[in-house]
Amino acid sequence: MSVYSWTSIITAFSGTNLSSLLLLVAVWPVLGFAGLLRPRSVRFVARLLFPLGALVCVGVLLKAGAFLASECVPQEIVLPLGLANLPFHFRLDALSGFFLLLLGLAGAGISTFAAGYFRAGEGTSPGLLGLQYHIFLASMAVVILAGDAYLFMVAWEMMALSSYFLVTSQHRIPEIRRAGFLYLLMAHLGAICILLSFGAMQGGSWQFTFDAMRGTSLTPFWATAAFTLALLGFGAKAGLVPLHVWLPEAHPAAPSPVSAMMSGLMLKTAIYAMLRITFDLLHVQFWQWGVAVLALGLFSALFGAVFAAVQTDMKRLLAYSSIENIGLIFTGIGLAILFEASNLRLFAALALTAALIHALNHSLFKSLLFLSTGTVLHATKQRSLGKLGGLIRSMPWVAVLALIGTLSIAGLPPLNGFVSEWLLLQSFLFTAQIPHTFINMLVPLGAAALALTVALAAYVMVKFYGVIFLGQPREPSLAHAHDANWLERIGLMWLAAGCVAIGILPQFALRAAAAVTGALLGQTIAPNASIWQIAPIAPEQASYSGLIFLAGIVAVVGVAFVAVRLLAHGRIRRTPAWDCGYPWQNSRMQDTAEGFGQPIRHMFGAFFRMERDLPSPYDSEPRYRIHIEDRFWRGIYRPLARAVQRSADAMSVLQGGRLSIYLLFSFLTLIVLLVFIL
Amino acid sequence: MLKSHLAAQLLNLLAAGLLLISFAMLSRRRTQRLITLFAWQGSILFLSTCLVAYDASLTELYYSAALTLIMKVITLPWILHRLMRRLGAQWDSEPLVNIPATMLVGLVLVIFAFGLAEPISMLATTITRHTIGIALAVILLSFLMMITRRKAVTVVIGFLAMENGLFFAATSATYGMPMVIELGIALDLLVAVFILGIFFFQIHEQFDSLDLHHLETLRED
Amino acid sequence: MRVLTFARQFGEVVLAIAIAPLFAGWIAQCRAWLQNRSAPPLTQTYRMLRKLFHKDAALAVDASPLFRTAPYVLFGTMVLAAAIIPSLATDLPFARAADAIALIGLFATARVFMSLAAMDIGTSFGTLGARREMMIGFLAEPALLMVLFNAFLLYGSTALPSLVDGYASHPSVIDPSVIFAAVAFVMVLLAENARVPIDNPATHLELTMIHEAMLLEYSARHLALIEWASSLKLFNYACIGFALFLPWGIAIHGADGASALLIAVTALIVKLALAGAALALIESVSAKLRIFRAPEFLAMAFLLAVLGLLVHLLLGVSTHA
Repeated sequence: MSVYSWTSIITAFSGTNLSSLLLLVAVWPVLGFAGLLRPRSVRFVARLLFPLGALVCVGVLLKAGAFLASECVPQEIVLPLGLANLPFHFRLDALSGFFLLLLGLAGAGISTFAAGYFRAGEGTSPGLLGLQYHIFLASMAVVILAGDAYLFMVAWEMMALSSYFLVTSQHRIPEIRRAGFLYLLMAHLGAICILLSFGAMQGGSWQFTFDAMRGTSLTPFWATAAFTLALLGFGAKAGLVPLHVWLPEAHPAAPSPVSAMMSGLMLKTAIYAMLRITFDLLHVQFWQWGVAVLALGLFSALFGAVFAAVQTDMKRLLAYSSIENIGLIFTGIGLAILFEASNLRLFAALALTAALIHALNHSLFKSLLFLSTGTVLHATKQRSLGKLGGLIRSMPWVAVLALIGTLSIAGLPPLNGFVSEWLLLQSFLFTAQIPHTFINMLVPLGAAALALTVALAAYVMVKFYGVIFLGQPREPSLAHAHDANWLERIGLMWLAAGCVAIGILPQFALRAAAAVTGALLGQTIAPNASIWQIAPIAPEQASYSGLIFLAGIVAVVGVAFVAVRLLAHGRIRRTPAWDCGYPWQNSRMQDTAEGFGQPIRHMFGAFFRMERDLPSPYDSEPRYRIHIEDRFWRGIYRPLARAVQRSADAMSVLQGGRLSIYLLFSFLTLIVLLVFIL
Repeated sequence: MLKSHLAAQLLNLLAAGLLLISFAMLSRRRTQRLITLFAWQGSILFLSTCLVAYDASLTELYYSAALTLIMKVITLPWILHRLMRRLGAQWDSEPLVNIPATMLVGLVLVIFAFGLAEPISMLATTITRHTIGIALAVILLSFLMMITRRKAVTVVIGFLAMENGLFFAATSATYGMPMVIELGIALDLLVAVFILGIFFFQIHEQFDSLDLHHLETLRED
Repeated sequence: MRVLTFARQFGEVVLAIAIAPLFAGWIAQCRAWLQNRSAPPLTQTYRMLRKLFHKDAALAVDASPLFRTAPYVLFGTMVLAAAIIPSLATDLPFARAADAIALIGLFATARVFMSLAAMDIGTSFGTLGARREMMIGFLAEPALLMVLFNAFLLYGSTALPSLVDGYASHPSVIDPSVIFAAVAFVMVLLAENARVPIDNPATHLELTMIHEAMLLEYSARHLALIEWASSLKLFNYACIGFALFLPWGIAIHGADGASALLIAVTALIVKLALAGAALALIESVSAKLRIFRAPEFLAMAFLLAVLGLLVHLLLGVSTHA
């Protein structure tokens, strides 16, 4: 038992990155419980504790960054907590370092924003909310740092529960309660799969540390079983279609910083765990896994983008866009598995890098956009796109920062979303070298689906930004919407700065990802990265430089501006916009969010179940209503729910209500067990 | 054996053109355009047969090329055009729903055909064997066209195009079939078109249209 | 030597900016001839630009800064694209800043900015145009990407200079896939540049237009910049097409003396003249499609590109085996 003696723990804590990280993580629950001292005071909880939490995030970011910049030698600590003989193992390696970096980076922005966001009198009291929030953060960090399945599951469940309470913080609204229930249900179904997956992975050794799992060699059947279960479990958490149904309900229901955390960070823990199991714990990869993940990822991406395009609620739109982005990340993972199984290490590293960078990017821009919708929601009390518009004039700060997020998520150079999508497309190019003819021919179709998704994402984001911030205010009250307060602005600026920085200097993010691919695959891309450009395989084949893009555009814009002023003039005459000869039009007659989704509804009709009420020409109060539903609800979930209900009804026969019957059951069980034992 | 690399490349080019025409057939709405496309397909077939004949120095293949030219480029399109005029249907067009989806199915069929032809082309001895995949794809695409169409004439064109695919497969895999068989097939085709032409008249007389969904009413309930 | 490459780069960009309106004017002239109209002089586009630059800009009352920045950004992206595309020589310092996929991204940036600016005032036409433009965009992008995949399979690169160099080193390949890709590329070019089967650059019929609908609120110097950027975009697309399919004459890496450049300039002008005439011909013989036929058109382009890819994977591999 000398390993667990306290002295050795204290010596372990003195120097390593892991120990200081654990100390930092432990600060979060402390902050959370401190909030309970004055639970009703917004000033104490929000203005003091949340900024402190944000500082801890920055600390985590710096520590993880320092670790990734070093040699990335895995560090381990065993703490004698938990059950007897099942101590908690903590482990820090390149993969967990990368995801902690992500957590710290996006978490810092979200916590700063949250400090300015929470108001008195909205649902749960601030103190309780702060507790749940910080436990949520801490449990995500522990998930990433866990070194055995036991601790992992404890932290995973803690994460699910704390986020459940956060989602239902406005529990007086029935829809939110329903969304919370659905979320909890899916989270637990996923957790069962994960538990079984760990069960399959221990391979008869009954050792649940990750080290032991790394050591066991599984038969192809058990490895595939473990992988499939993990895909189901983590897919449910990440929102992979068809396990996505909770996501568009739960994310909009939560307060905006929580939506940002769930979408930006919590989904990434599922990605982390998927990578951990696929590339670290399981020894073999089969190309069939890669094809399955690739197909699921691409379908999720396309599905998410198509559904996002027809949403009329801004937070639901972002939630569907999260499904799309998760799909893109899984596409990268699928390609990586495919390459790895075909022994093409370098390309596997490229695809994995794309997935990692996209995870990082998504955590930044999705948080940024969710937080922007939070300020819009506070300023206007509106979530429906049909009642917004023109906010660029009354909320210029949020509008500019949200524009950065919009351009990033739309995958436009020179911002960060483009970098990862470019890497992903690059890795698709090399699929011609996979030695399976059918896959060779099908994968280009996958690349096309990817391109379609990416371009569709741009469509969605133009809709999102254009309808909320541009045009005329669709309601008169919007003209007086107030801009974000300073703490909110700082949070948004932090995230926007991250988007820009990764966009123009992706080299640093690539180095962090290289540490991960080096550890998982033994191969990294771009060994000699230059400051000017990134060239994943070789500069003759493909290269990209965000810095030159930005510099080039800025230079040309500057020169053009000066030239126009010098050679022509800068005179401006303000006039009303042309009304097409119809002076009676008002701001309610602008094109709507529904209108913007119309081409998509037309083209991708097969995806939806649509119910439309068209007004007849004689209606005195004509009303157009369209209701769009996910086909998976009716196709899978309703029949499943009915079957469960029916079997539960059947079981209820056993519940006679009479005491003697229950005693009889116990008695029979006893007899059966005795027979077995004897 | 093919004499030169260039001939192989040209043949590939022609095969690609054949595939392209098959896709064009899937997407055209106007019936008359389809007939023109069919004639084009025939002329590509003629060229490719000539090429193979020249390259492998096989005189019989020249005969079958000539037969192709006479039958598929001149006679059959002419008969079909005449039929259309006689039936007053030269401006017919079909309401095709969702062309992109049909195309996508077609694409998957091509991939399937290529995958299927892979082992066959390994067995074949000729250098032209790699075009077998394309020939198979042309057959499947013509079949798909027959399924998606509703007019009698277009279904027949699909049928004829399918035969083109078969012929191409024969020339590319084994340097053509024996002359007797080829003549027989050509005659069969001619007779089939005549009989089908008579059917057109009957259908047209009965329903005043060439739309095949009218035939559904003939079913006994 | 370094200075020389930068000078060449600068010269190329200036040439692109200078002759892009001429190219647009040349197409208009060819169209006029084909339609039996008397053609405007070739300098007409320059005159129009000059006129627009000297007018007072009429700006809607509540136009936001985004509305005023967008024309400059649009112009900036197109000039940057012109710097990246090897229209005259392949040894360009800027060409390494982006491969062809990044170039598509650059065009997407321009498109998104234009659409956002069109939505800024909140008029019906602006939003309608923005929506349609984005729709065309998201359908055209996959097709274009497939064309690039084709090129990658042939020469193992997506960087345009390497493609041109690669073509120069094995010029005799007639791969059937190239033809498919070329047709697909022309279709994408027509769609992306608001040419006839999809959009009509000369129309002012509000209900059918796409590109023009987005510009309705622009005037004077802003409009001039947008028009200039549009002609640059067409020029850029043409040059991408030349680099992919007709790379004859471009001064390749290593061969970059004055004579090579002279040849390159001549070749570029000849190619532009021919391409312009061909475009005018295509536009004159085809009718504008209904907006909901546009997806079909672009799906065809995509399909052709994918077919090219498949044909290459099967036939291309076999001819080398």
